[in-house]
Amino acid sequence: MDTLTHLKELCSAPGLSGYENPVREIIRAAWAPLTDEIRVDALGSLWATKHGTGKAPRPKLMLAAHMDAIGLMVTQIEGEFLRVISVGGIDARVMPGQLVTVHGAQAEDLPGLVAQPPVFLLPKANRDGVVPVTELLVDVGLSAEAVAQRVRVGDVVSFAQQPQELQNGAVMAKSMDNRSSVAAVTVCLDALRHLPHVWDVIAVATVQEEVGLKGARTSAYALEPDLAIAIDVTHGDGPNVKEFSHLTAKLDSGPALGLGPNIHTGLFNAVKATAEKLELPHTIEVMPQHSGTDAFAIQIAQAGIPTMVVSLPLRNMHTPVEMLMLKDVNRAGRLLAEFAAGLSADFMSSLTLD
Amino acid sequence: MATQPKPKPARKKTLARQAANAPTKPADTSVGDLTLLRELSNAVAVSGDEGAIRKIVLDAIQDHADEVKVDALGNVLAVKKARNAGGRDRVLVAAHMDEVGLMITDIESDGALRFEIVGGIADTVLLGKTVLVGAKRLLGLIGAAPVHLLSDDRRGSVIKSNQMRIELGVTSGEAAKKLVKIGDRATFATEFAEVGPSLRGKALDDRIGCATLIELLRGPAYAFELHAAFTVQEEVGLRGARVAGHAADPACAFVLDCTPAYDFPHADAQRENTQYNSRLGLGPAIYVADRATISDERLVRYLKQTAESAGIPYQYRQPGGGGTDAGAIHLARGGVPSVSVSVPGRYLHTPAALVRADDWRNSIHLMRRALENWTSKVLKR
Repeated sequence: MDTLTHLKELCSAPGLSGYENPVREIIRAAWAPLTDEIRVDALGSLWATKHGTGKAPRPKLMLAAHMDAIGLMVTQIEGEFLRVISVGGIDARVMPGQLVTVHGAQAEDLPGLVAQPPVFLLPKANRDGVVPVTELLVDVGLSAEAVAQRVRVGDVVSFAQQPQELQNGAVMAKSMDNRSSVAAVTVCLDALRHLPHVWDVIAVATVQEEVGLKGARTSAYALEPDLAIAIDVTHGDGPNVKEFSHLTAKLDSGPALGLGPNIHTGLFNAVKATAEKLELPHTIEVMPQHSGTDAFAIQIAQAGIPTMVVSLPLRNMHTPVEMLMLKDVNRAGRLLAEFAAGLSADFMSSLTLD
Repeated sequence: MATQPKPKPARKKTLARQAANAPTKPADTSVGDLTLLRELSNAVAVSGDEGAIRKIVLDAIQDHADEVKVDALGNVLAVKKARNAGGRDRVLVAAHMDEVGLMITDIESDGALRFEIVGGIADTVLLGKTVLVGAKRLLGLIGAAPVHLLSDDRRGSVIKSNQMRIELGVTSGEAAKKLVKIGDRATFATEFAEVGPSLRGKALDDRIGCATLIELLRGPAYAFELHAAFTVQEEVGLRGARVAGHAADPACAFVLDCTPAYDFPHADAQRENTQYNSRLGLGPAIYVADRATISDERLVRYLKQTAESAGIPYQYRQPGGGGTDAGAIHLARGGVPSVSVSVPGRYLHTPAALVRADDWRNSIHLMRRALENWTSKVLKR
């Protein structure tokens, strides 16, 4: 498969938290030919199951990557302009001058841009420092009359930045968080076509991670997997985060394997052993508290699920210029496939925390 | 538009018209070459490095001018002779070719690029944007530390441009040096787009003036000798205009630019925005005075009468800050009666400016009509 094309298609698609339809259909089209069963749950998460070779009932490995993206939502129409709020953790510092797409009331995409009004029009409290999203305006270039017809309060707004290739195998796009992880899962499913596996592998594209890990919670409850791996992005090194070098992973250093309270130690060791056996570049990411990923919700579903996090190093997270190395996406996909294929029918009986 | 100081807060309410943009009658669309404007807007020509625009301009005007030259600073100076041999008056029309942008000042060991701002760009609009670097238009991005890692107070403080870096994807200074050199210019990577009745582009200030001036040259000859100056370095101090004004030694000058439209609602709904400067949709903005120039009142009156007799919508740009090439031209030699006409534009000096196509078309109509009817009587006291 061509990971780059797939990744670009995923990142181009809208799909804000709670509004994942457009991206889900792209994922469904990619995963359906690679899996045996496909379903959408009540909240909209996509489940694609690839049956294992073991005797039913087979143990289940859940691979969860959230498909929702951060963005904006229209709260008010003021003449030609829209006022908005954040959906998910928007970084207000990058918003002025940002190109966006307003997903209009009549299923029509309106090109817009985010405007910071001049200081004399801002509330006194916001005249210094970063102007909060709620004081910014979105301009769709239309007359007030046309705006009134074509935009409604509640319409969602995506970043418009299109995916672009940079030097050295780097790719940048909006929504790399977390469409790059979805792409890694696709790479895994593609590899599993040629790798016999005993377990059922259930690829899950979860909804509403950015607003509280909601799709992961309901999917893990319903699927009740024996093991789960959340795939997400982590902070890559770069010129803006030198002071946080202890918290970042180098781009092109392979998947980062999470370690901390959300992570089952035995599962971590098994994944790490797989990476070592493959001589696949990888790093360890310390997650001292909340992992900030779907794993946090999955771990406490039902009676508790051994959970792991595999992350892709990504620069400029939660900006429209999120950047990573394509190689890391392929490496993560390969690691997941090899780990899944290596699971024996009695793996659970040997899994221990210590 | 050259950088202007921040407007002072309004002290009192006035009875200015409600935020307008009332639909005017559609402009005659026989003018306004969008293909040309697109090409001009997408080209990269930061002040002092205007070669890319110069080439487009030279190509576009070569068949429509009697003399064309490039002066010592890089201005394109074109002369279109009068239609009658007797027409000896010279009229200068100027528009600046340069745009605000960035200049690469250092290549760091990790391959990140440091830069300085050329002209006026607010630090607030740089973060999280893509840029084109150097003559090869290499794609780069200006990244930001993820909010996840920042304390609340840092999430709320504006990053200074000297702390920002351009990332290219390379991971070493050696690799970056193969692609970029110190002194390369960069601009926002925004592509020109038609958006409903609006036009959006990175450098409409002042490629829209250049496009208007090209259209004025393309028409038939006038009763006077038209001197068209496509100037350099407006954004760093009207420097091209100064020598262009000297060279043309005209009877009067018209300057075509793009002026900010701050026609946004006030955050306090009880308060009116009295400092909009100009408004989209109301037609070309005629300057009475800005920080650099008091327009020649005869030319202001002439433009007003021209617009009214032709039924072309117009507005007066609010007197105040800012400046155009007229600031240099009106002081050339012994003085040149001058006026500026701008297309109102929102978000100038940001990744994407926005204008109404009809305002542009109407500014072409106004200027074409004004030149067609111009005689030295306009300047009679």
